[in-house]
Amino acid sequence: MTSVTENQLVGRSVARREDPRLLTGHGRFVDDIELPGMLHAQFVRSTVAHGLITAVDLTAVRRVPGVVAAFTAADLGLGDITARLDRPPAEFVPTAMPVLARDRVRYVGEPIAVVVARDPYAAEDGLEAARVTYESLPPVTCEEQALAPGAALVHEEAVRNTLVDVSLFATEGIDGIFENAPCVVRVEARTGRQNALPLETRGAVAQWDAREEQLVVHTCTQIPHQVRTVASRCLGLDERAVRVIVPDMGGGFGLKCVVGREEIAAAAAALRLRRPVKWIEDRKDALSASFLAREQHYTARAAFDADGRILGLDADVVCDMGAYSCYPFTAGIEPLMAAGEMPGVYKVPAYRVRGRAITTNKAPTAPYRGVSRPQYVMVVERLMERAARELDMDPLEIRRRNLITDFPYTGVNHITYDPGSYLESLDLCEQALKEAGWYDRQAAARAEGRHIGIGYSCFSERTGYGSAAFAARKMQVVPGFDLSEVRMDTGGAVTVTTGTMSHGQSHETTMAQIVADALGVDLAKVKLHQGDTDRITYGWGTFASRSITVGGSAVRRAAVKLGDKLRAIAAAEWGVPPEETELARGRVRRRDEPGIELTYEHLADIAYLKSHLLPEDIEPGLTATAAFDVTTDGTFSNATHGAVVELHEGTGQVEILAYVCVEDCGVAIHPQVVEGQCRGGIAQGIAGALFEQITYDAQGEPSATSFMDYKVPTAHEIPDVTIHHLETPCAFTETGAKGAGEGGTIGAPAAVLNAVNDALRATGVELDTTPITPETVHRALTSPALEQTR
Amino acid sequence: MNDTSGLGDDAQLITLDVNGTSYEVITAPRRTLVDVLRHDLRLTGTHVGCEHGICGACTVLVDGLPSRACLMFAAQAEGARITTVESLADADTGELGDLQRAFSDHHGLQCGFCTPGFLMLAQGFLTERPEASKEEIREVVAANLCRCTGYQTIVEAIDACATARRAQRAAGTEETSCN
Ligand code: FES
Ligand code: FES
Repeated sequence: MTSVTENQLVGRSVARREDPRLLTGHGRFVDDIELPGMLHAQFVRSTVAHGLITAVDLTAVRRVPGVVAAFTAADLGLGDITARLDRPPAEFVPTAMPVLARDRVRYVGEPIAVVVARDPYAAEDGLEAARVTYESLPPVTCEEQALAPGAALVHEEAVRNTLVDVSLFATEGIDGIFENAPCVVRVEARTGRQNALPLETRGAVAQWDAREEQLVVHTCTQIPHQVRTVASRCLGLDERAVRVIVPDMGGGFGLKCVVGREEIAAAAAALRLRRPVKWIEDRKDALSASFLAREQHYTARAAFDADGRILGLDADVVCDMGAYSCYPFTAGIEPLMAAGEMPGVYKVPAYRVRGRAITTNKAPTAPYRGVSRPQYVMVVERLMERAARELDMDPLEIRRRNLITDFPYTGVNHITYDPGSYLESLDLCEQALKEAGWYDRQAAARAEGRHIGIGYSCFSERTGYGSAAFAARKMQVVPGFDLSEVRMDTGGAVTVTTGTMSHGQSHETTMAQIVADALGVDLAKVKLHQGDTDRITYGWGTFASRSITVGGSAVRRAAVKLGDKLRAIAAAEWGVPPEETELARGRVRRRDEPGIELTYEHLADIAYLKSHLLPEDIEPGLTATAAFDVTTDGTFSNATHGAVVELHEGTGQVEILAYVCVEDCGVAIHPQVVEGQCRGGIAQGIAGALFEQITYDAQGEPSATSFMDYKVPTAHEIPDVTIHHLETPCAFTETGAKGAGEGGTIGAPAAVLNAVNDALRATGVELDTTPITPETVHRALTSPALEQTR
Repeated sequence: MNDTSGLGDDAQLITLDVNGTSYEVITAPRRTLVDVLRHDLRLTGTHVGCEHGICGACTVLVDGLPSRACLMFAAQAEGARITTVESLADADTGELGDLQRAFSDHHGLQCGFCTPGFLMLAQGFLTERPEASKEEIREVVAANLCRCTGYQTIVEAIDACATARRAQRAAGTEETSCN
């Protein structure tokens, strides 16, 4: 071991490197970029949900003062964006998403033409002058319509409007298990269509750089290298002729982890016009015409023995993916996640699942934070609660009997779960709510006729998806590994590059902590660079809570390699083998005589400026690169959430009185950042449980086009969250860390829904669908059953 | 013709007082205050999250009061004192102000996009009501949207700043009274 443990930074909540610039208004977000001669793009968008385009007339647009150009798909002649799974046609139907709609539109808001003007106001004026005529087709706006015999087809090639249809596992004898089980419970659940809603909308600034022969695209994306690939292919450029640079990003949450059509179109316009072009999405487009998520329908049942042990799980999941498959994940992202991982934290001996992605005339979907896990956790936790009621058991006791406790555990879904603290987190969560007096207060409130409920959710979250795990999904483009380069300059300062892309997760701080520890240098000596495809060969970006597990491991490996090189140079100086040396606070020293040491500055001076002193087998310079991939099934963070809610009779409002989260993400690099991820995630989970939903009317018109009709919760609705940490280090990441980005969002809907159902206990009403609206709660509270109990 | 300002025949010359500096801007009447601040004066710390007055990312102080800069035309701000996030740190040293430090200490920001709006909201509010309780602060924080933090640490940061300011003032008064 050569690592330096004194003054260790990992595990400490050091001051965030990102903060000073963001707090002083000196961040650089995409809309802050201003280039000489820059033009502004906006999009002519479809006003119908489903139709054939009969004519696009941009003549009047081009006459609007300030408008410089306007292009249709035919004008730009771009390639399509097509994401694929390597599955047979019965399981997956690939569909092409054109950058601009050509002859057919499939949702309200679909981009048809790009208008480029001297300022954003003129671009908006230009949009109003566009004339598009359509021959309407019947819109497909819900699952029932999509799957109905003889339904209109969103894509001619997708029969029954089905893009993905997989039936998995089907444990032998599962039907018999259900027939003979003493207890079978069912849940039918629906979850609302949501917007991940980063506060910064999408946007891009593209410019042709004639000297570098490169199209430079500044864009707020979680996946810069994938945007580069798609841009180069759609535009017919070599991939090296596209450089994607990501500035500061105002959140993403998955919405920015797919390639957007508009960023490609803006780049195409810049290439054509040889002038910088900026596109900033407005909130209306962001809400209704970008990427949505989460609209799922579960029909599930679970069999239990008389002691509450689960015998089998049988589920049918239909995910409404809207009009197109997103790149690179495809429309399989939601159903494959749900089908593959639904048994979750429980020892489920028999499992059968059918997962489908259907296509409808709604805005397409992207993998929003948690991806299907908020929903299937909610369904499984509802099944647990229902079985507990049926068997007259304590709802936590039934969970305890079923939680995985012996690790590693290989599930019926063929996934091996690495060690976690499933049971311990549940115990601690219950204890925390008990000690805070919530059970007593609930009893007292009930006696007063008030409706207080306590609900839990237990879950784990796979965070270390390596290429093996993604390949198992049969993605044609297989994410998984990541790269890092760590470089020391002539003065001993360290630059780190990574293929991951922080957008609020504090990687400039946490990755620097990892490197500073590995090399034994001060945090201030280390600077992270990310989000520039010219600075690192390849990367898979930030999603699926992968950055610290995968990216952080690559970063640490590269730093250790660089340390090895420093030791080799010092060893050569001393004429001893490198094994006789170690790193210590900015120096290499002799193991046998720790008093003999050389500073990094001295070694860097040799490596660059006195390279004639280096032995032949050591190359000049101080850089090291490393890759990391997860070759096992991955690592799983876990948590238990506990929520206390009160239902208000008059209004049907659900008020969250208390919220406890007991989480285990392995080694926490920066505990405060982990807590921030939990709290922010929980807020988004609560948003889905109680408030947010975009619906569509029969014409396929979205209900939400502004914050007036899409309720984003504020500090009024989001409670304070008490967090407890457990730590089960990951055995195979370089730092022992597991990921922490999504857990909060995953656990919250189930905990809130269970708490609401607990509060409704006397009414006989059980709810399984989110968002839980005040109307539903009000109706439940005025149910006759409740009257009888009074 | 100026290629980037998109000025029409109705362009007007206005004078804006921003962070104590007086700026002359030639602008179209329909241009919002936030666009002029960001794109004409290049004070890009003030952000835009909705352009319809809900998210508060564009919050600046107009004559000391938190205001949505997306809902005002720049011309309407003539004659008023406008204060933006760029004013909060020490102009000479760049050292963060106490409110900014409190946000950092409490991890009241993640992506930082909403942060200038919350800072200006809090700055205006605490000047008006230095004795504000944590509950009052929470009420005020509910005026803006943040998608990252879950708000708790924003409330805590502002409360900690208010508490520290009160303690400092109390110490200051004591000192005066002792002398
Ligand atoms: S941008 Fe002004 S309130 Fe949202
Ligand atoms: S910190 Fe990202 S929106 Fe508030």
